Amino acid sequence: MQSTESLFENLRKDFPILKRTVRDNKRLVYLDNASTTQKPNQVIDAITDYYQNHNANIHRAVYALAEESTEAYEATRDKIANFINIKNRQEIIFVRGTTEAINLVAYSWGRPHIKEGDIIVTTEYEHHSNIVPWQLLTQEKGAKLEYIRMDDDGELILDDLDKHLATGKVKLVTFSLMSNVLGTITNAEKIIEKCKAAGVLTLIDGAQAVPHMTVDIEKLGCDFFAFSGHKMLAPTGIGVLWAKKSVLETMVPFHGGGDMIREVHKYEATWNDLPYKFEAGTPNIADVIGFGAAIDYLVKIGMDNIREHEIELTKYAIEKLSAVKGLHIYGTKDISKRGGVISFNFADVHPHDVAQIVDGEGIAVRSGHHCAQVLMERLNVAATSRASFYIYNTKQDIDILVNALNIVAKVFKL
Amino acid sequence: MSGNADIYHEMIVDYSRNPINYGEIENHDVTFHDSNPLCGDSIDIDIKIDENKITDIKFHGKGCAICMACSSVLTEITKGKSIDEARAIEKNDVLSELGLEHLQAVRIKCALLSLKVLKSALYTYIGKNLTDAEDVDKLKTEADNLY
Repeated sequence: MQSTESLFENLRKDFPILKRTVRDNKRLVYLDNASTTQKPNQVIDAITDYYQNHNANIHRAVYALAEESTEAYEATRDKIANFINIKNRQEIIFVRGTTEAINLVAYSWGRPHIKEGDIIVTTEYEHHSNIVPWQLLTQEKGAKLEYIRMDDDGELILDDLDKHLATGKVKLVTFSLMSNVLGTITNAEKIIEKCKAAGVLTLIDGAQAVPHMTVDIEKLGCDFFAFSGHKMLAPTGIGVLWAKKSVLETMVPFHGGGDMIREVHKYEATWNDLPYKFEAGTPNIADVIGFGAAIDYLVKIGMDNIREHEIELTKYAIEKLSAVKGLHIYGTKDISKRGGVISFNFADVHPHDVAQIVDGEGIAVRSGHHCAQVLMERLNVAATSRASFYIYNTKQDIDILVNALNIVAKVFKL
Repeated sequence: MSGNADIYHEMIVDYSRNPINYGEIENHDVTFHDSNPLCGDSIDIDIKIDENKITDIKFHGKGCAICMACSSVLTEITKGKSIDEARAIEKNDVLSELGLEHLQAVRIKCALLSLKVLKSALYTYIGKNLTDAEDVDKLKTEADNLY
């Protein structure tokens, strides 16, 4: 059996993009994994194979190709069920991504359930996709949106949740399992326990967590869970909404059209069974199949190994980055409470200038507000630079980043 | 040093640390604000106008070094110009002052945010005194065609 370290070093060869160079022959150092990840040959090949050998629409025709494509599409649903421990495959709905999943809940659950004066609670470190749909819903319904604030270490102040729950008006508490800016891992168990005691539903945005650690939906006990494929080696445009069957049954359809119906008459229609009631139209078949290949790939490595690898990288990065002159790291230093996402700023150098200089060294890091302007306001900054890791990153990548950041410090005379 | 670090020459770093014409004009004749949704750069420009001439101009806001340096240069070249002269300022008038003519596409918006704000401020000022609908349309077209 190979060592964990050589396992991660060896898998780089599966990612064709890592062989290319950028900006005058520099090794590509891809550190924007919180945004999207690169794709291994196994995923690319699965998509190609589908289009070359099996392409047909699913769920309707009886010919051989349609049977094969339906089988492959539905196989991913089973893989997802096993991957995050969902007992009932009917509860897994394919969507475009986390954003669409949350919008689906805001529309299909929010419309029939949220009334004037009700409260929806989110947190200060959410992505815009877990804020704006709730703004739209609460504004439409005359309901209120409240926040769980964040402390200076980047952790949620759960006393705020108690205060909101005490009003008796909260209908939903929605939060990310891991912050896309600070990497903070949310104490989901605690939040869900409090919400359950108050009879309040919970939604988890798992976009940043599912690619990087073992997630067990059954154990978490939330009511809704959303995540995206493209942040975990799968293609863009495919993601999952999971919700408890008992909750899904109280929801109105999201999109009307083919595949979501049982019978359609001139003036009324009845709905298909779960999950198809929420999967209108021809779905993204090829990318669902690619998603399945991505899950196979991750399962083979082992999610606990991935978490361990990223803890190792994050520890190393925090140590090295802390030594760069003028550089400040946001969020908790407690590695057990954070994922492989590091946001930082230089004293008075704008993150855009940082990204520009490190790009010259072949490094892809993100600069900006990371679709989390509420959090930027809380941190009192316009933007941050962010490096985020995945399975193919190495300590060498971090060394190259640190060298480039030293150039920034030199240019700006820090 | 790398190719990308080269654009951060002395002048840009200095301007970003010590911007020229930074601040507000209390009794301005026109003011305008705009931001770049991609990176959060945000600029306000206040202008004082006497007899069709820009007698004072100041900017304030948050932005990267490129944005701050270009705002400084822009306000410097605008001060003292007539409204029509200022309206005719082109992007290369700003970029060439700082050797940024070949700036990559994603950063061009940083460099030109203040020029966009300046033009929008001028259109606002001119628009207030326009009575002829045709002139208003012409102005709108000019504004719409701004980058």
